[in-house]
Amino acid sequence: MNITTTEAGRVPLDGLDELWFQVAGTRCNLTCSHCFISCSPHNDSFGFLSLASVAEMLAESVERGVREFYFTGGEPFLNPELVEMLVLALEYGPATVLTNATVLKDEWLVRLRAAEERGPFSLEFRVSIDGPDAATNDPIRGAGTFGRAMRGVELLVQHGVLPIITMTRTWPDAEDQQVLGRFREVLAHHGCDRPRLKVLPRLLIGAEVARTCGYDETDRVSVRMLEGYASDQLICSHSRTVTDRGVFVCPILLDEPSARLGGTLAEAGQPFRLDHGACVTCYQYGAICTNPSAQAFEQMVDEAGEGGAT
Amino acid sequence: MKLAFFGGLYSNYLALEVAIADARRRDVQELFCLGDMGAFGPHPDRVLSVLRDAEVSCVQGNYDDSIGNELADCQCGYTDPRDNLYAEISYGYTLANTSRENRRWLQQLPGSMDIERNGMRIHLCHGSPRRTNEFLWESTTSDAFLDRLIEPTGAELVLGTHTGLHWTRMTPRGRRFVNVGVLGRPANDGRTNVWYTLVDVAERHAGQAGQGVEVEFVPLEYDFRRLADEMRQEGLPGEFMATIETGWWTTCLEVLPSRERRRGRH
Repeated sequence: MNITTTEAGRVPLDGLDELWFQVAGTRCNLTCSHCFISCSPHNDSFGFLSLASVAEMLAESVERGVREFYFTGGEPFLNPELVEMLVLALEYGPATVLTNATVLKDEWLVRLRAAEERGPFSLEFRVSIDGPDAATNDPIRGAGTFGRAMRGVELLVQHGVLPIITMTRTWPDAEDQQVLGRFREVLAHHGCDRPRLKVLPRLLIGAEVARTCGYDETDRVSVRMLEGYASDQLICSHSRTVTDRGVFVCPILLDEPSARLGGTLAEAGQPFRLDHGACVTCYQYGAICTNPSAQAFEQMVDEAGEGGAT
Repeated sequence: MKLAFFGGLYSNYLALEVAIADARRRDVQELFCLGDMGAFGPHPDRVLSVLRDAEVSCVQGNYDDSIGNELADCQCGYTDPRDNLYAEISYGYTLANTSRENRRWLQQLPGSMDIERNGMRIHLCHGSPRRTNEFLWESTTSDAFLDRLIEPTGAELVLGTHTGLHWTRMTPRGRRFVNVGVLGRPANDGRTNVWYTLVDVAERHAGQAGQGVEVEFVPLEYDFRRLADEMRQEGLPGEFMATIETGWWTTCLEVLPSRERRRGRH
């Protein structure tokens, strides 16, 4: 299939299932060499969101029938108002926070677990660790980060949290089982004996371009590639991301000016053109950002329109 | 008017027989099944005979769609390789042991059903009103989302299954969603009983504001030891029998949200 000369496909927003909050902007205490938005202690491209702006967007998204909320960064826990934001979000629906688990504090976890227990909704902690040992993880995430993340996992477990561990695949696909098996052993050793593991594909943008390589200009999702494709596998069909610089199509394409769709959720409801290399990775793997509990319908097998469930 | 709803049978014909008898003892007027007739348990044809003999109105689940159309997998959408391995074993067994006639019967089942009883509009589905295999877990389904899902159906009451765990909630706009639970395996609570749901729709009177609906989750004891023995004889994985005999889920755990997962043992 020649996709170099064909027009990029467009994906409409079918409904706002997930609302993402870029609460820490591009500020992170770590400088991971594969970060797709190049977060670091010094990257101020995107700033912190305020509690007031999050509260406003939560209310607006509820009007639109939102299902759940994700809080990301950078490192979300660098935002001093994050705990308040999560407590507020849990009044409306389920919430997930994506953290590197290196800056967690007991008092925050006590408050968050109490808030979760008060209502009916889950609070998920997604912890990024990029290998089952320091030798694999630390070259990517920084010296000593594996040990610090494991101490964070221990703290979460002490507070009754069952974390989702996410790892970017920096090993050959064929080694998945071996790596996941090793992950389970190591996590169990640290008291986390019921982890949910989520493997993420590498996104060849941001810092990853310097670490390995970027996308080729021919890496685009064309109109033709979307024919017969279940586009609900792409989060742009059911999600938007709130930043301090407006509403973006997804949490991945923050460095792309065309990914900013407006200043409000209403403005950001327009279709999105898949004119970026990273869209190909999303297209290939599907559901790379959502939690396993929400992922099943996106993996629906579409037998060329035959026998599809209604 | 009393209605009984069964979900996720997973070939547990022994529980289905007891559930039908129990519902009839309670003067239930109609029986419904919300899909996923096969999987997990033994002799998948048996549960289908019981459904037809008792004139249970059935909605198609993702498993029924897969078996009926002989698709490559069950469309459960598990994310964990271990869960997928068990799903493959279970699906292979169920497909091989479902007769051609029954596959055809599963194929023609409706994906959803809209009924009206005592003036109340009721929508029956398997997963959610928009997707047969969408998981509506109690802890990951916001009120606002429920209202958005229910709105296009025009119903006041929506019933589904698919997750294996029963729950119900009234939305801010006054609609009710009920996950009717499953008869196929216990509810991951360390008890061997399974669950079905009774719905009592009151008569609507002119000038009356609102309409009464009572929802009752019914715990059901059945001969789980016999089921486990038959599963053993059929060579199904020991992990499946462990779930039947202990009441704790041993597979399909990765898709559970943290809150539901925390309640289980594994």
